[in-house]
Amino acid sequence: MAILKTEGLTYTYSAGTPFEKTAVDHVDLCIEENKMIGVIGHTGSGKSTLMQHFNGLLKPTSGKMLLEGEDIWADKAKLRDVRFKVGLVFQYPEYQLFEETVAKDIAFGPKNMGLSEAEIQTRILETADMLGMDRELLERSPFALSGGQKRRAAIAGVMAMRPKVLILDEPCAGLDPKGRNLMLSQIRNYQKKTQSTVLLVSHSMEDVAEFTEKLLVMSKAKLFCYEDTYQVFRRAEELKQLGLRVPQIASVMQSLRKKGYDLPEDLYTVEAAKNAVLALLGKGAVQC
Amino acid sequence: MEKIIKAEHIVFRYPADTEENQKPAENPPILKDISLEIEKGSFTAILGHNGSGKSTFAKHINAILLPESGKMYVENLDTSDENLLFEIRQKAGMVFQNPDNQIVATVVEEDVAFAPENLGVPPAEIRQRVDDALKAVNMYEYKNHAPTQLSGGQKQRIAIAGVIAMQPDCIILDEPTAMLDPQGRQEVMQTIQKLNQEKGITIVLITHYMEEAALADRIVVIDDGKIILDDTPKKVFSQVEQMKALGLDVPQVTELAYELRKVGYPVSPEIITEEECMQALEALL
Repeated sequence: MAILKTEGLTYTYSAGTPFEKTAVDHVDLCIEENKMIGVIGHTGSGKSTLMQHFNGLLKPTSGKMLLEGEDIWADKAKLRDVRFKVGLVFQYPEYQLFEETVAKDIAFGPKNMGLSEAEIQTRILETADMLGMDRELLERSPFALSGGQKRRAAIAGVMAMRPKVLILDEPCAGLDPKGRNLMLSQIRNYQKKTQSTVLLVSHSMEDVAEFTEKLLVMSKAKLFCYEDTYQVFRRAEELKQLGLRVPQIASVMQSLRKKGYDLPEDLYTVEAAKNAVLALLGKGAVQC
Repeated sequence: MEKIIKAEHIVFRYPADTEENQKPAENPPILKDISLEIEKGSFTAILGHNGSGKSTFAKHINAILLPESGKMYVENLDTSDENLLFEIRQKAGMVFQNPDNQIVATVVEEDVAFAPENLGVPPAEIRQRVDDALKAVNMYEYKNHAPTQLSGGQKQRIAIAGVIAMQPDCIILDEPTAMLDPQGRQEVMQTIQKLNQEKGITIVLITHYMEEAALADRIVVIDDGKIILDDTPKKVFSQVEQMKALGLDVPQVTELAYELRKVGYPVSPEIITEEECMQALEALL
């Protein structure tokens, strides 16, 4: 079932002024429940503007934004619920930490939802565990944590609300390779456990290749495609024209295919490429 | 070869926090005896995980930070001599991660002119330097634009132009592509390579992207305030296990070659580009 749906969604900044700019142009989308989705696009492609419609931060200039089949703008009083159901984590969320302790910071959202104290405590602990945060950190000041832990604390605050959809804008910006991998595996772990939908906005093709099932690609205010990740990376030439690229390994595998080697089309991680190359080598040996 | 940067046994620690946060009172040093020489006209990449001390080291090069003990020389100028500060910063310019924090003016060319103006360069020469700098980063046609209307990659190139207008011999870039999309990253990397190859500007690049580091002449890996690897990209990336243990990575093609070698196929450990990987695989298949 679709959790989020857009119908001809269009958004124009500064309409009626000389700075008028259509940032999202007639986007029709149907986003499923329980999916890990990557969102990619050139700077200025409209992906952030689109994301801000998903939880009602922006109202479409025309077209509709539906959550669980209901137009989120039909009844303004319900917008608060929409924001509980669709959580949005901005870039560098650690700058939004404000409480005295990590636990209190994480509790802020759930408290505003009116949950019981016991339920809030459970959620704090569960979320900290899913993100691999040491429980001892919960009583520390968020400002005394390392960069990566601060960011986890900030993300945990939104996760603890258990939104049906969680949107993360570049959650790994500025993290080192090991930190990126750990953060992304923990986010995927959260997605599996909660069976929610996670949208991961990223500039790293390698990261979305490894961690997402589907890709939403924006280009020049339009939806370029919304397909399974492996299908998107087959379209290397088109992606290059959009100012994007495919992971290094996908590019090598495609060049080999073009030269006539019998490799599958959907190789975009090192692991898959290795297995495919080994399979091919194995075949060769049999023929000898 | 002439050495443009000479670090001699640098030790550095940040001052203890006065606020009552729960940090241990003992403040461990961030840099523990770093010695490094960088040749004029070279392109060096510095790698290390978050907190390894690589940015702290970079900030020593143009005297934003001064060593607690040891010495840093830029073209034989001692960074701890306050009288040399202006001269040092003119020779070694720095570009940071976030382009929005580095742009001060509302028009592109005025922003690029900021540093030469402060150096007291005569107006006619400023004009010339600004034009040259903007051309060097391929942004000349944007000279009358407002920086706010540019993309991240364009803004970062303006920040680089602002440094070039000082006519430095060395540019230190601290994760200049961390906030950019793939195209912006490519624009900035091409600009850096061009400045290095055509103008002979010494480049020190700090990055978390292994593909970018693979473009350098030399890679220095810093871990826990010490230099632990210092070699060509091919040699450094051939240490796949050590790099992973350090919280770093290797380019995907290097990793594939490593995986194949591990199961017994004769693939070179020194594969770092797509072309090299293609050739190796074709030879194998």
